[in-house]
Amino acid sequence: MADWTPSPRQHERLAVRRRLDARSTAVAAVATIVTLGVLGLLIVGSPGWPRVQETFFSGYHAKQSFPTILEGFWTNVKMFLVAEPLILVLGMLIAVTRSTTSAALFPLRALAVVYTDLFRGVPTILLVFLACFGIPALQLQGVTNSFFWLGVSALVVSYAAYVAEVFRAGIESVHPSQLASADALGLAHGQAMRHVVLPQAVRRVVPPLLNDFVSLQKDTALVASVGVVEALLAARDYANFNFNYTPYLVTAVLFVALTVPLARFTDWLGRRYARRERAGAR
Amino acid sequence: MSQPLPGPLLRVENLRKAYGSKVVLRDIDLVVDRHEVVCLIGASGSGKSTLLRCLDLLETVDDGSVFLDGEEITDPAVDARRVRRRMGLVFQAYNLFPHMSVLDNVTLAPRKVHGAGRAEAEADARELLGRFGLADKADEHPDRLSGGQQQRAAVARAMATGPELLLLDEVTSALDPELVGEVLDLLRDLAAAGTTLLLATHEMAFAREVASTVCFLDGGTILEQGPPAQVLVDPAHERTRQFLRRVL
Repeated sequence: MADWTPSPRQHERLAVRRRLDARSTAVAAVATIVTLGVLGLLIVGSPGWPRVQETFFSGYHAKQSFPTILEGFWTNVKMFLVAEPLILVLGMLIAVTRSTTSAALFPLRALAVVYTDLFRGVPTILLVFLACFGIPALQLQGVTNSFFWLGVSALVVSYAAYVAEVFRAGIESVHPSQLASADALGLAHGQAMRHVVLPQAVRRVVPPLLNDFVSLQKDTALVASVGVVEALLAARDYANFNFNYTPYLVTAVLFVALTVPLARFTDWLGRRYARRERAGAR
Repeated sequence: MSQPLPGPLLRVENLRKAYGSKVVLRDIDLVVDRHEVVCLIGASGSGKSTLLRCLDLLETVDDGSVFLDGEEITDPAVDARRVRRRMGLVFQAYNLFPHMSVLDNVTLAPRKVHGAGRAEAEADARELLGRFGLADKADEHPDRLSGGQQQRAAVARAMATGPELLLLDEVTSALDPELVGEVLDLLRDLAAAGTTLLLATHEMAFAREVASTVCFLDGGTILEQGPPAQVLVDPAHERTRQFLRRVL
Protein backbone atom coordinates (compact mmCIF):
# COMPACT_ATOMS: atom_id res chain seq x y z
CA MET A 1 0.00 0.00 0.00
CA ALA A 2 3.04 2.25 0.11
CA ASP A 3 2.52 3.36 -3.49
CA TRP A 4 -0.91 4.82 -2.69
CA THR A 5 -1.50 8.44 -1.75
CA PRO A 6 -5.10 9.55 -1.29
CA SER A 7 -6.46 11.54 -4.23
CA PRO A 8 -7.56 15.18 -3.68
CA ARG A 9 -11.18 13.94 -3.91
CA GLN A 10 -10.52 11.45 -1.07
CA HIS A 11 -9.00 14.30 1.02
CA GLU A 12 -12.17 16.32 0.49
CA ARG A 13 -14.33 13.36 1.51
CA LEU A 14 -12.29 12.82 4.68
CA ALA A 15 -12.68 16.49 5.56
CA VAL A 16 -16.46 16.29 5.10
CA ARG A 17 -16.61 13.12 7.20
CA ARG A 18 -14.62 14.83 10.00
CA ARG A 19 -16.96 17.82 9.90
CA LEU A 20 -20.04 15.57 10.12
CA ASP A 21 -18.50 13.59 13.00
CA ALA A 22 -17.70 16.77 14.91
CA ARG A 23 -21.27 17.99 14.45
CA SER A 24 -22.73 14.68 15.74
CA THR A 25 -20.52 14.85 18.82
CA ALA A 26 -21.53 18.44 19.51
CA VAL A 27 -25.25 17.66 19.15
CA ALA A 28 -24.96 14.63 21.46
CA ALA A 29 -23.07 16.67 24.08
CA VAL A 30 -25.55 19.56 24.06
CA ALA A 31 -28.54 17.19 24.24
CA THR A 32 -27.02 15.33 27.18
CA ILE A 33 -26.18 18.49 29.10
CA VAL A 34 -29.68 19.92 28.52
CA THR A 35 -31.41 16.67 29.58
CA LEU A 36 -29.32 16.21 32.72
CA GLY A 37 -29.58 19.90 33.53
CA VAL A 38 -33.38 19.91 33.29
CA LEU A 39 -33.66 16.71 35.35
CA GLY A 40 -31.24 18.12 37.95
CA LEU A 41 -33.10 21.41 38.19
CA LEU A 42 -36.43 19.60 38.53
CA ILE A 43 -35.13 17.52 41.43
CA VAL A 44 -33.01 20.12 43.17
CA GLY A 45 -35.63 22.84 42.60
CA SER A 46 -38.49 20.75 44.05
CA PRO A 47 -39.90 22.08 47.34
CA GLY A 48 -38.90 18.96 49.29
CA TRP A 49 -35.33 18.76 47.98
CA PRO A 50 -33.46 20.00 51.11
CA ARG A 51 -35.29 17.40 53.16
CA VAL A 52 -34.63 14.62 50.63
CA GLN A 53 -30.98 15.61 50.41
CA GLU A 54 -30.66 15.35 54.14
CA THR A 55 -32.46 11.96 54.48
CA PHE A 56 -31.18 10.16 51.34
CA PHE A 57 -27.90 11.80 50.37
CA SER A 58 -26.22 12.45 53.66
CA GLY A 59 -22.47 12.00 53.37
CA TYR A 60 -22.16 11.64 57.11
CA HIS A 61 -24.67 8.79 57.36
CA ALA A 62 -23.24 7.11 54.26
CA LYS A 63 -19.85 6.99 55.91
CA GLN A 64 -21.26 5.92 59.26
CA SER A 65 -23.38 3.07 57.90
CA PHE A 66 -20.97 1.83 55.26
CA PRO A 67 -18.90 -0.66 57.33
CA THR A 68 -21.96 -2.53 58.70
CA ILE A 69 -23.67 -2.57 55.31
CA LEU A 70 -20.51 -3.81 53.63
CA GLU A 71 -20.27 -6.58 56.21
CA GLY A 72 -23.90 -7.49 55.51
CA PHE A 73 -23.26 -7.29 51.79
CA TRP A 74 -20.55 -9.91 52.15
CA THR A 75 -23.34 -12.27 53.27
CA ASN A 76 -25.21 -11.48 50.02
CA VAL A 77 -22.07 -12.21 48.03
CA LYS A 78 -21.56 -15.50 49.87
CA MET A 79 -25.17 -16.57 49.27
CA PHE A 80 -24.84 -15.70 45.62
CA LEU A 81 -21.50 -17.49 45.19
CA VAL A 82 -22.78 -20.65 46.87
CA ALA A 83 -26.15 -20.64 45.08
CA GLU A 84 -24.91 -19.93 41.57
CA PRO A 85 -22.96 -23.16 40.84
CA LEU A 86 -25.68 -25.25 42.48
CA ILE A 87 -28.31 -23.55 40.31
CA LEU A 88 -26.28 -24.17 37.16
CA VAL A 89 -25.86 -27.86 37.95
CA LEU A 90 -29.47 -28.43 39.01
CA GLY A 91 -30.88 -26.40 36.11
CA MET A 92 -28.73 -28.27 33.61
CA LEU A 93 -29.75 -31.64 35.08
CA ILE A 94 -33.43 -30.74 34.81
CA ALA A 95 -33.09 -29.46 31.24
CA VAL A 96 -31.14 -32.54 30.10
CA THR A 97 -33.61 -34.84 31.85
CA ARG A 98 -36.45 -33.23 29.92
CA SER A 99 -34.66 -33.84 26.63
CA THR A 100 -34.13 -37.59 27.21
CA THR A 101 -36.16 -40.12 25.24
CA SER A 102 -35.52 -43.40 27.07
CA ALA A 103 -38.65 -45.15 28.35
CA ALA A 104 -36.99 -45.99 31.67
CA LEU A 105 -36.49 -42.30 32.41
CA PHE A 106 -40.16 -41.37 32.02
CA PRO A 107 -40.72 -40.80 35.77
CA LEU A 108 -37.71 -38.46 35.90
CA ARG A 109 -38.97 -36.53 32.87
CA ALA A 110 -42.39 -36.13 34.48
CA LEU A 111 -40.75 -35.02 37.72
CA ALA A 112 -38.69 -32.42 35.86
CA VAL A 113 -41.83 -30.96 34.27
CA VAL A 114 -43.65 -30.82 37.60
CA TYR A 115 -40.61 -29.23 39.25
CA THR A 116 -40.35 -26.36 36.78
CA ASP A 117 -44.08 -25.77 36.73
CA LEU A 118 -44.29 -25.72 40.51
CA PHE A 119 -41.24 -23.71 41.51
CA ARG A 120 -41.53 -21.11 38.78
CA GLY A 121 -45.05 -20.48 39.98
CA VAL A 122 -44.31 -19.89 43.67
CA PRO A 123 -42.98 -16.41 44.61
CA THR A 124 -39.35 -16.69 45.73
CA ILE A 125 -40.02 -14.88 49.00
CA LEU A 126 -42.64 -17.52 49.84
CA LEU A 127 -40.12 -20.27 49.19
CA VAL A 128 -37.72 -18.50 51.57
CA PHE A 129 -40.40 -18.47 54.28
CA LEU A 130 -41.34 -22.09 53.66
CA ALA A 131 -37.73 -23.28 53.72
CA CYS A 132 -36.67 -21.25 56.77
CA PHE A 133 -39.73 -21.85 58.93
CA GLY A 134 -41.04 -25.13 57.50
CA ILE A 135 -37.95 -27.29 57.32
CA PRO A 136 -36.71 -26.70 60.91
CA ALA A 137 -40.25 -27.47 62.12
CA LEU A 138 -39.93 -30.95 60.68
CA GLN A 139 -37.11 -31.55 63.20
CA LEU A 140 -35.20 -33.76 60.77
CA GLN A 141 -31.97 -35.33 61.91
CA GLY A 142 -28.87 -33.87 60.28
CA VAL A 143 -30.68 -31.04 58.47
CA THR A 144 -29.35 -27.58 59.18
CA ASN A 145 -31.39 -25.00 61.04
CA SER A 146 -29.24 -22.15 59.77
CA PHE A 147 -31.38 -19.53 58.04
CA PHE A 148 -28.42 -18.72 55.80
CA TRP A 149 -28.32 -22.23 54.33
CA LEU A 150 -32.10 -22.68 54.27
CA GLY A 151 -32.42 -19.32 52.51
CA VAL A 152 -29.77 -20.30 49.99
CA SER A 153 -31.57 -23.59 49.27
CA ALA A 154 -34.82 -21.71 48.67
CA LEU A 155 -33.02 -19.48 46.13
CA VAL A 156 -31.45 -22.53 44.48
CA VAL A 157 -34.78 -24.34 44.20
CA SER A 158 -36.48 -21.30 42.71
CA TYR A 159 -33.78 -20.20 40.29
CA ALA A 160 -32.95 -23.72 39.09
CA ALA A 161 -36.47 -23.85 37.65
CA TYR A 162 -35.84 -20.67 35.62
CA VAL A 163 -32.35 -21.68 34.58
CA ALA A 164 -33.59 -25.12 33.47
CA GLU A 165 -35.98 -23.39 31.07
CA VAL A 166 -33.17 -21.19 29.75
CA PHE A 167 -31.00 -24.27 29.11
CA ARG A 168 -33.94 -26.05 27.48
CA ALA A 169 -34.51 -23.13 25.13
CA GLY A 170 -30.81 -23.31 24.22
CA ILE A 171 -30.99 -27.06 23.61
CA GLU A 172 -34.01 -26.63 21.38
CA SER A 173 -32.35 -23.82 19.43
CA VAL A 174 -29.64 -26.14 18.10
CA HIS A 175 -30.65 -27.07 14.56
CA PRO A 176 -31.98 -30.64 14.11
CA SER A 177 -29.44 -31.20 11.33
CA GLN A 178 -26.71 -31.14 13.99
CA LEU A 179 -28.41 -33.99 15.81
CA ALA A 180 -28.91 -35.82 12.48
CA SER A 181 -25.16 -35.50 11.88
CA ALA A 182 -24.39 -36.89 15.32
CA ASP A 183 -26.84 -39.77 14.73
CA ALA A 184 -25.31 -40.51 11.35
CA LEU A 185 -21.88 -40.77 12.99
CA GLY A 186 -23.30 -43.38 15.35
CA LEU A 187 -23.17 -41.28 18.52
CA ALA A 188 -25.55 -42.30 21.30
CA HIS A 189 -28.14 -39.75 22.44
CA GLY A 190 -26.12 -38.92 25.55
CA GLN A 191 -22.92 -38.49 23.56
CA ALA A 192 -24.66 -36.29 21.00
CA MET A 193 -26.01 -34.19 23.87
CA ARG A 194 -22.65 -33.92 25.62
CA HIS A 195 -20.41 -33.26 22.61
CA VAL A 196 -22.66 -31.64 19.99
CA VAL A 197 -25.81 -30.08 21.43
CA LEU A 198 -24.88 -28.78 24.89
CA PRO A 199 -21.68 -26.91 23.91
CA GLN A 200 -23.63 -24.98 21.27
CA ALA A 201 -26.69 -24.55 23.49
CA VAL A 202 -24.77 -23.20 26.49
CA ARG A 203 -22.92 -20.62 24.39
CA ARG A 204 -26.19 -19.30 23.05
CA VAL A 205 -27.83 -18.91 26.45
CA VAL A 206 -24.97 -17.18 28.28
CA PRO A 207 -26.61 -13.71 28.04
CA PRO A 208 -30.05 -14.82 29.37
CA LEU A 209 -28.29 -16.91 32.07
CA LEU A 210 -26.29 -13.92 33.23
CA ASN A 211 -29.53 -11.95 33.26
CA ASP A 212 -30.98 -14.50 35.68
CA PHE A 213 -27.84 -14.24 37.80
CA VAL A 214 -28.13 -10.47 38.06
CA SER A 215 -31.66 -11.07 39.24
CA LEU A 216 -30.42 -13.69 41.72
CA GLN A 217 -27.83 -11.28 43.15
CA LYS A 218 -30.63 -8.88 43.97
CA ASP A 219 -32.94 -11.58 45.29
CA THR A 220 -30.39 -12.58 47.92
CA ALA A 221 -31.88 -9.57 49.74
CA LEU A 222 -35.12 -11.55 50.13
CA VAL A 223 -33.42 -13.63 52.80
CA ALA A 224 -33.48 -10.47 54.95
CA SER A 225 -37.19 -11.18 55.43
CA VAL A 226 -36.41 -14.09 57.79
CA GLY A 227 -33.81 -12.10 59.71
CA VAL A 228 -30.52 -13.08 58.10
CA VAL A 229 -28.34 -10.02 58.51
CA GLU A 230 -27.28 -9.06 55.03
CA ALA A 231 -26.94 -5.66 53.36
CA LEU A 232 -30.62 -4.74 53.26
CA LEU A 233 -31.28 -5.70 56.87
CA ALA A 234 -28.14 -3.87 58.02
CA ALA A 235 -29.31 -0.79 56.11
CA ARG A 236 -32.84 -1.04 57.50
CA ASP A 237 -31.47 -1.39 61.00
CA TYR A 238 -29.33 1.72 60.64
CA ALA A 239 -32.11 3.67 58.91
CA ASN A 240 -34.70 2.89 61.60
CA PHE A 241 -32.27 3.74 64.36
CA ASN A 242 -31.05 7.03 62.89
CA PHE A 243 -34.14 8.22 60.98
CA ASN A 244 -32.06 8.46 57.82
CA TYR A 245 -32.50 6.56 54.55
CA THR A 246 -29.01 7.11 53.11
CA PRO A 247 -28.02 3.49 53.94
CA TYR A 248 -30.62 2.25 51.41
CA LEU A 249 -28.87 4.26 48.73
CA VAL A 250 -25.51 2.86 49.86
CA THR A 251 -26.94 -0.65 49.55
CA ALA A 252 -28.28 0.09 46.07
CA VAL A 253 -24.87 1.35 44.96
CA LEU A 254 -23.23 -1.82 46.28
CA PHE A 255 -25.65 -4.05 44.32
CA VAL A 256 -25.07 -2.04 41.15
CA ALA A 257 -21.31 -2.27 41.68
CA LEU A 258 -21.69 -6.06 41.79
CA THR A 259 -23.92 -6.44 38.72
CA VAL A 260 -22.17 -4.08 36.30
CA PRO A 261 -18.93 -6.13 36.14
CA LEU A 262 -21.06 -9.22 35.52
CA ALA A 263 -22.73 -7.49 32.56
CA ARG A 264 -19.35 -6.47 31.10
CA PHE A 265 -18.12 -10.04 31.62
CA THR A 266 -21.11 -11.36 29.62
CA ASP A 267 -20.28 -9.00 26.75
CA TRP A 268 -16.66 -10.09 26.80
CA LEU A 269 -17.59 -13.77 26.82
CA GLY A 270 -20.01 -13.31 23.92
CA ARG A 271 -17.36 -11.52 21.86
CA ARG A 272 -14.80 -14.23 22.60
CA TYR A 273 -17.13 -17.02 21.39
CA ALA A 274 -18.03 -15.02 18.30
CA ARG A 275 -14.36 -14.43 17.52
CA ARG A 276 -13.47 -18.09 17.90
CA GLU A 277 -16.30 -19.48 15.84
CA ARG A 278 -16.89 -16.86 13.23
CA ALA A 279 -13.31 -15.65 12.96
CA GLY A 280 -14.36 -12.16 11.91
CA ALA A 281 -16.78 -13.29 9.22
CA ARG A 282 -20.25 -11.80 9.38
CA MET B 1 -14.12 -54.32 7.80
CA SER B 2 -16.22 -57.44 8.16
CA GLN B 3 -15.73 -60.56 6.13
CA PRO B 4 -17.30 -60.00 2.70
CA LEU B 5 -20.39 -62.16 2.52
CA PRO B 6 -21.91 -63.39 -0.71
CA GLY B 7 -24.78 -61.23 -1.91
CA PRO B 8 -25.05 -57.49 -2.26
CA LEU B 9 -23.91 -55.03 0.42
CA LEU B 10 -27.24 -53.20 0.37
CA ARG B 11 -30.60 -54.39 -0.86
CA VAL B 12 -33.81 -52.34 -0.80
CA GLU B 13 -37.12 -54.10 -1.35
CA ASN B 14 -40.46 -52.44 -1.97
CA LEU B 15 -39.62 -49.45 0.23
CA ARG B 16 -42.39 -47.00 1.02
CA LYS B 17 -42.24 -43.75 2.95
CA ALA B 18 -45.00 -41.22 3.50
CA TYR B 19 -45.32 -38.01 5.50
CA GLY B 20 -48.97 -38.04 6.53
CA SER B 21 -50.96 -38.56 3.38
CA LYS B 22 -48.11 -37.47 1.12
CA VAL B 23 -46.31 -40.52 -0.25
CA VAL B 24 -42.65 -39.61 -0.80
CA LEU B 25 -41.26 -43.01 -1.80
CA ARG B 26 -43.03 -46.11 -3.12
CA ASP B 27 -42.04 -49.48 -4.60
CA ILE B 28 -38.33 -48.71 -4.31
CA ASP B 29 -36.15 -51.69 -5.29
CA LEU B 30 -32.44 -51.14 -5.32
CA VAL B 31 -29.24 -53.18 -5.03
CA VAL B 32 -25.79 -51.83 -4.25
CA ASP B 33 -22.86 -54.22 -4.61
CA ARG B 34 -19.50 -53.82 -2.93
CA HIS B 35 -17.09 -51.36 -4.60
CA GLU B 36 -19.93 -50.11 -6.76
CA VAL B 37 -20.94 -46.49 -7.33
CA VAL B 38 -24.69 -45.96 -7.59
CA CYS B 39 -26.04 -42.55 -8.55
CA LEU B 40 -29.58 -41.39 -7.79
CA ILE B 41 -30.69 -38.70 -10.22
CA GLY B 42 -33.99 -36.87 -10.55
CA ALA B 43 -35.61 -33.50 -9.98
CA SER B 44 -35.70 -31.87 -6.54
CA GLY B 45 -38.51 -33.43 -4.53
CA SER B 46 -38.30 -36.77 -6.33
CA GLY B 47 -37.33 -38.51 -3.07
CA LYS B 48 -33.55 -38.90 -3.37
CA SER B 49 -32.70 -37.36 0.02
CA THR B 50 -35.52 -39.16 1.80
CA LEU B 51 -34.30 -42.48 0.40
CA LEU B 52 -30.78 -41.84 1.73
CA ARG B 53 -32.15 -40.81 5.12
CA CYS B 54 -34.25 -43.99 5.25
CA LEU B 55 -31.18 -46.10 4.51
CA ASP B 56 -29.24 -44.47 7.36
CA LEU B 57 -32.28 -45.04 9.62
CA LEU B 58 -32.74 -41.31 10.20
CA GLU B 59 -36.31 -41.89 8.98
CA THR B 60 -38.52 -44.88 9.74
CA VAL B 61 -39.93 -46.55 6.65
CA ASP B 62 -43.66 -47.20 6.23
CA ASP B 63 -43.29 -50.45 4.34
CA GLY B 64 -40.74 -52.65 2.61
CA SER B 65 -37.29 -53.63 3.87
CA VAL B 66 -33.65 -52.63 3.71
CA PHE B 67 -30.95 -55.29 4.05
CA LEU B 68 -27.33 -54.55 4.89
CA ASP B 69 -25.13 -57.57 4.27
CA GLY B 70 -28.27 -59.71 4.30
CA GLU B 71 -29.46 -58.41 7.70
CA GLU B 72 -32.77 -56.57 7.74
CA ILE B 73 -31.94 -53.18 9.26
CA THR B 74 -35.50 -51.86 9.02
CA ASP B 75 -36.49 -54.26 11.82
CA PRO B 76 -37.50 -51.98 14.73
CA ALA B 77 -35.54 -54.18 17.17
CA VAL B 78 -32.27 -53.50 15.31
CA ASP B 79 -29.86 -51.15 17.09
CA ALA B 80 -29.69 -48.16 14.75
CA ARG B 81 -26.31 -47.09 16.16
CA ARG B 82 -24.72 -50.41 15.25
CA VAL B 83 -26.01 -50.05 11.67
CA ARG B 84 -24.90 -46.42 11.35
CA ARG B 85 -21.41 -47.36 12.50
CA ARG B 86 -21.04 -49.27 9.24
CA MET B 87 -22.23 -46.39 7.04
CA GLY B 88 -21.26 -42.79 6.49
CA LEU B 89 -23.66 -40.03 5.48
CA VAL B 90 -22.67 -36.66 4.06
CA PHE B 91 -25.25 -33.89 3.91
CA GLN B 92 -25.84 -31.22 1.30
CA ALA B 93 -25.30 -28.48 3.88
CA TYR B 94 -22.15 -30.18 5.34
CA ASN B 95 -23.56 -30.02 8.92
CA LEU B 96 -20.10 -29.79 10.45
CA PHE B 97 -20.07 -29.06 14.19
CA PRO B 98 -19.32 -25.31 14.33
CA HIS B 99 -17.94 -25.32 17.88
CA MET B 100 -15.15 -27.81 17.15
CA SER B 101 -12.02 -27.66 15.03
CA VAL B 102 -12.00 -29.66 11.81
CA LEU B 103 -9.74 -32.20 13.53
CA ASP B 104 -12.21 -32.63 16.41
CA ASN B 105 -15.07 -32.98 13.91
CA VAL B 106 -13.21 -35.82 12.22
CA THR B 107 -12.01 -37.58 15.39
CA LEU B 108 -15.30 -37.40 17.33
CA ALA B 109 -16.82 -40.63 15.98
CA PRO B 110 -13.59 -42.68 15.99
CA ARG B 111 -12.99 -41.70 19.62
CA LYS B 112 -16.48 -41.78 21.07
CA VAL B 113 -18.13 -44.46 18.94
CA HIS B 114 -15.26 -46.73 17.98
CA GLY B 115 -13.20 -46.26 21.13
CA ALA B 116 -9.98 -45.10 19.48
CA GLY B 117 -7.43 -43.26 21.63
CA ARG B 118 -7.00 -39.54 21.02
CA ALA B 119 -3.44 -39.78 19.68
CA GLU B 120 -4.27 -42.62 17.32
CA ALA B 121 -7.51 -40.96 16.12
CA GLU B 122 -5.76 -37.64 15.53
CA ALA B 123 -2.89 -39.22 13.61
CA ASP B 124 -5.40 -41.05 11.38
CA ALA B 125 -7.50 -37.91 10.96
CA ARG B 126 -4.50 -35.78 9.97
CA GLU B 127 -3.48 -38.42 7.46
CA LEU B 128 -7.02 -38.46 6.03
CA LEU B 129 -7.26 -34.66 5.94
CA GLY B 130 -3.88 -34.54 4.21
CA ARG B 131 -5.18 -36.90 1.57
CA PHE B 132 -8.21 -34.63 1.10
CA GLY B 133 -5.98 -31.55 0.72
CA LEU B 134 -6.94 -30.13 4.12
CA ALA B 135 -3.71 -30.72 6.08
CA ASP B 136 -3.35 -27.01 6.92
CA LYS B 137 -7.02 -26.66 7.92
CA ALA B 138 -7.12 -29.35 10.62
CA ASP B 139 -6.95 -26.89 13.51
CA GLU B 140 -9.34 -24.30 12.06
CA HIS B 141 -13.00 -24.03 12.96
CA PRO B 142 -15.34 -24.89 10.04
CA ASP B 143 -16.44 -21.27 9.52
CA ARG B 144 -12.92 -20.37 8.44
CA LEU B 145 -13.16 -22.79 5.48
CA SER B 146 -14.61 -22.28 2.00
CA GLY B 147 -17.69 -24.28 1.02
CA GLY B 148 -15.64 -26.82 -0.91
CA GLN B 149 -13.23 -27.24 2.00
CA GLN B 150 -16.12 -27.67 4.43
CA GLN B 151 -17.69 -30.32 2.25
CA ARG B 152 -14.37 -32.17 1.91
CA ALA B 153 -14.02 -31.98 5.71
CA ALA B 154 -17.55 -33.42 6.00
CA VAL B 155 -16.58 -36.31 3.71
CA ALA B 156 -13.45 -36.84 5.83
CA ARG B 157 -15.62 -36.94 8.96
CA ALA B 158 -17.85 -39.59 7.40
CA MET B 159 -14.87 -41.60 6.14
CA ALA B 160 -12.91 -41.45 9.42
CA THR B 161 -14.59 -44.57 10.80
CA GLY B 162 -13.93 -46.61 7.67
CA PRO B 163 -17.55 -47.12 6.65
CA GLU B 164 -18.47 -49.97 4.31
CA LEU B 165 -20.95 -47.74 2.51
CA LEU B 166 -20.84 -43.99 2.01
CA LEU B 167 -24.12 -42.18 1.37
CA LEU B 168 -23.82 -38.71 -0.16
CA ASP B 169 -26.80 -36.38 -0.39
CA GLU B 170 -26.28 -33.81 -3.17
CA VAL B 171 -22.93 -32.90 -1.68
CA THR B 172 -22.07 -30.44 -4.44
CA SER B 173 -25.41 -28.65 -4.72
CA ALA B 174 -24.43 -25.80 -2.41
CA LEU B 175 -21.10 -25.13 -4.15
CA ASP B 176 -20.02 -22.93 -7.04
CA PRO B 177 -18.69 -24.68 -10.17
CA GLU B 178 -15.02 -24.44 -9.22
CA LEU B 179 -15.61 -25.93 -5.77
CA VAL B 180 -17.87 -28.63 -7.26
CA GLY B 181 -14.81 -29.80 -9.20
CA GLU B 182 -12.64 -30.24 -6.10
CA VAL B 183 -15.30 -32.26 -4.26
CA LEU B 184 -16.00 -34.46 -7.29
CA ASP B 185 -12.26 -35.13 -7.68
CA LEU B 186 -12.28 -36.38 -4.12
CA LEU B 187 -15.25 -38.69 -4.76
CA ARG B 188 -13.56 -39.97 -7.90
CA ASP B 189 -10.51 -40.89 -5.79
CA LEU B 190 -12.70 -42.64 -3.22
CA ALA B 191 -14.45 -44.61 -5.96
CA ALA B 192 -11.12 -45.56 -7.51
CA ALA B 193 -9.95 -46.78 -4.07
CA GLY B 194 -12.91 -49.15 -3.98
CA THR B 195 -15.24 -47.27 -1.58
CA THR B 196 -18.88 -48.24 -2.09
CA LEU B 197 -20.79 -45.04 -2.84
CA LEU B 198 -24.49 -44.31 -3.08
CA LEU B 199 -25.05 -40.70 -4.02
CA ALA B 200 -27.84 -38.39 -4.95
CA THR B 201 -26.47 -35.95 -7.50
CA HIS B 202 -27.23 -33.45 -10.23
CA GLU B 203 -23.78 -33.90 -11.79
CA MET B 204 -24.65 -35.93 -14.89
CA ALA B 205 -21.12 -35.91 -16.33
CA PHE B 206 -19.80 -37.31 -13.07
CA ALA B 207 -22.52 -39.99 -12.95
CA ARG B 208 -21.72 -41.01 -16.50
CA GLU B 209 -18.02 -41.28 -15.78
CA VAL B 210 -17.97 -42.92 -12.36
CA ALA B 211 -21.29 -44.69 -11.73
CA SER B 212 -21.82 -48.39 -12.34
CA THR B 213 -25.57 -47.93 -11.95
CA VAL B 214 -27.76 -44.86 -12.39
CA CYS B 215 -31.28 -44.71 -10.96
CA PHE B 216 -33.73 -42.10 -12.19
CA LEU B 217 -36.25 -41.18 -9.51
CA ASP B 218 -39.50 -39.51 -10.44
CA GLY B 219 -42.39 -38.80 -8.07
CA GLY B 220 -41.02 -41.16 -5.42
CA THR B 221 -40.36 -44.21 -7.56
CA ILE B 222 -37.34 -45.47 -9.47
CA LEU B 223 -38.63 -45.07 -13.00
CA GLU B 224 -35.56 -46.47 -14.63
CA GLN B 225 -32.23 -47.96 -13.57
CA GLY B 226 -29.23 -49.41 -15.33
CA PRO B 227 -25.70 -48.62 -16.45
CA PRO B 228 -25.13 -44.93 -17.23
CA ALA B 229 -24.60 -45.68 -20.93
CA GLN B 230 -28.19 -46.85 -21.02
CA VAL B 231 -30.05 -44.57 -18.60
CA LEU B 232 -28.20 -41.35 -19.45
CA VAL B 233 -27.65 -41.92 -23.17
CA ASP B 234 -30.54 -43.99 -24.38
CA PRO B 235 -33.28 -43.86 -21.74
CA ALA B 236 -36.39 -45.99 -22.16
CA HIS B 237 -38.86 -43.53 -20.66
CA GLU B 238 -40.04 -40.27 -22.14
CA ARG B 239 -40.00 -38.74 -18.61
CA THR B 240 -36.27 -39.57 -18.26
CA ARG B 241 -35.54 -38.02 -21.65
CA GLN B 242 -37.41 -34.87 -20.59
CA PHE B 243 -35.39 -34.62 -17.37
CA LEU B 244 -32.07 -35.17 -19.13
CA ARG B 245 -32.86 -32.59 -21.79
CA ARG B 246 -33.39 -30.04 -19.05
CA VAL B 247 -30.25 -30.76 -17.03
CA LEU B 248 -27.72 -31.49 -19.78
